[in-house]
Amino acid sequence: MSISPRHALAVWWRNFAMYRRTWKWNVLPNFFEPLLYLVSVGIGVGAYIQEMGGTSYAAFIAPGLLAVSAMNGASFEVTYNAFVRMNFEKTYESMLTTPIQPEDVLAGEVLWAVTRASLYGGCFWIAIAALGLAPLPSSLLAIPLVPLTGLLFAALGISFALRIPSIDLFSFYFTLFLTPLFLFSDIFFPLAERLSPFWQRVAEALPLLHPVRLLRHAFRGEWSPILLWDLAYVAVLSALLLALAARVTRRRLGDQGGPEPPPAASPAASGSAP
Amino acid sequence: MIVECRGVSKRFGTRLAVDRLDLEVPPGVCFGLLGPNGAGKTTTLKMIYGVARPSAGSVRVFGLDVVREPRAVRARLGVTLQENALVEALTPVENLRIFARYHLLPRAVAERRVEELLDFLELRSHADVPVKALSGGFQRRLAIALSLVNRPELLVLDEPTTGLDPAVRLSLWQRVRGLRDAGTTVLLTTHYMDEAERLCDRLAIMAQGRVAAEGAPAELIGRHLAPEALELELPQADEARLLHGFPDLKRLRAGSRLVLYAADAPALVDLLRARRLEGRLVAVRRTNLEDVFLALTGARLEAAA
Repeated sequence: MSISPRHALAVWWRNFAMYRRTWKWNVLPNFFEPLLYLVSVGIGVGAYIQEMGGTSYAAFIAPGLLAVSAMNGASFEVTYNAFVRMNFEKTYESMLTTPIQPEDVLAGEVLWAVTRASLYGGCFWIAIAALGLAPLPSSLLAIPLVPLTGLLFAALGISFALRIPSIDLFSFYFTLFLTPLFLFSDIFFPLAERLSPFWQRVAEALPLLHPVRLLRHAFRGEWSPILLWDLAYVAVLSALLLALAARVTRRRLGDQGGPEPPPAASPAASGSAP
Repeated sequence: MIVECRGVSKRFGTRLAVDRLDLEVPPGVCFGLLGPNGAGKTTTLKMIYGVARPSAGSVRVFGLDVVREPRAVRARLGVTLQENALVEALTPVENLRIFARYHLLPRAVAERRVEELLDFLELRSHADVPVKALSGGFQRRLAIALSLVNRPELLVLDEPTTGLDPAVRLSLWQRVRGLRDAGTTVLLTTHYMDEAERLCDRLAIMAQGRVAAEGAPAELIGRHLAPEALELELPQADEARLLHGFPDLKRLRAGSRLVLYAADAPALVDLLRARRLEGRLVAVRRTNLEDVFLALTGARLEAAA
């Protein structure tokens, strides 16, 4: 069974309708994180740094933090929020009583995560443009790159969310996966100047590195053949993870286990003694 | 037939939740599925609306194979899950609109259905209040309204009134009867025998993944037990002395409570009085569905040897 775009959009719309009501409490705080880093590290620490990679320090980290805002936007949606919808609120179970199929649920959720990544990225772009850190027109190339970053982290996050038994395990994902990515993906210092060639090659495995390099080149209006590798990495890894996620989703949502509790010990214990 | 299950089994690992089940739900009836916890009721429902795949056998709904055409089947039925799955931050109207989108209803049709359902399930007074501020009975009515958005030909209700107060239950029964009278086929599970007896035209009692008995409520009682029941407070130790000489008497024990089934209970009372029955007799009543349920699903029922 393949994806029905209209049903996937109905799933997307459910999240959008809820977001319209709750964004002030649930969404706004995450958005400020990269902005705070930009102000603290970029402008505060940046005052002691003459230049990095040929620009001011704030201008050096701005495109990387744009990728981070897209990463955050997508990640929260497909981790905690999707897990709650799947396991606690029974949202997917209720969707599947209608013509919606498991693939539509996955597609709608990923599309929604990309939407949220784009909203975060869009707002962050406006903030850095106002600070004069997003040169025009070259930084407009971020318009396709931000959703692409969102797609990659939607695929990574949902793959993790579909495989864990308990919501507590997301702290591993955030602290031991996303935080190291944040610190070692060419955002705050040029990896090429600090790492040996061996470790540079290892760093190429990090998912966030590629959106950061794409966005930094876009901001500078520069082209390099390595960007083809970056684009291929993002596209192939996203496609691969989503194909695997589709299989898991079909199994988990399309063939649900019996939620019925084990049989009562004795009929008298079930409270229906005559 | 609206629903046709033929030799359906469902295995979870080593556990056989449903075991070669045969079930037919004719159109226009309210059909009740009874059974103790773990008997396979919810798993059966899940296979009927196509979110669990049968390990063996076939499930046809509206004549369609559910495994092959889940979208076509689910477009024509509605399901109220055991647990309400509502968007708590949103209002009843917004929840109904979301469900209308799941069914791809055009906007004008959706708005008309929302209006109809606000009236039909008496939701209008709180139509614009966030769901999390509503009472349990109100939330349940909304959950049922969601499953009616597509005007289903088959309405599936998984324990529709569990945890609700008696007044809310009565009003929900009335709504379900109204739907059935208008031609909707209803398939429900319940643990309440009064609900099954008063609401359902036909019943299937499930035990260990199979249908143990099926028929109209009165028919089920008549087929399995004598029409009158005698409830005694009688410890097991005294049973043989009081009842010797009645080898064919069907009886059901739960703790120190013993129920005897007879064609003529008052006559049996007269016979037993001679054996010092005084103080042990609790009630003489009609045999009810609960007796049949307990008899079929594993309470100790025996014709003494």
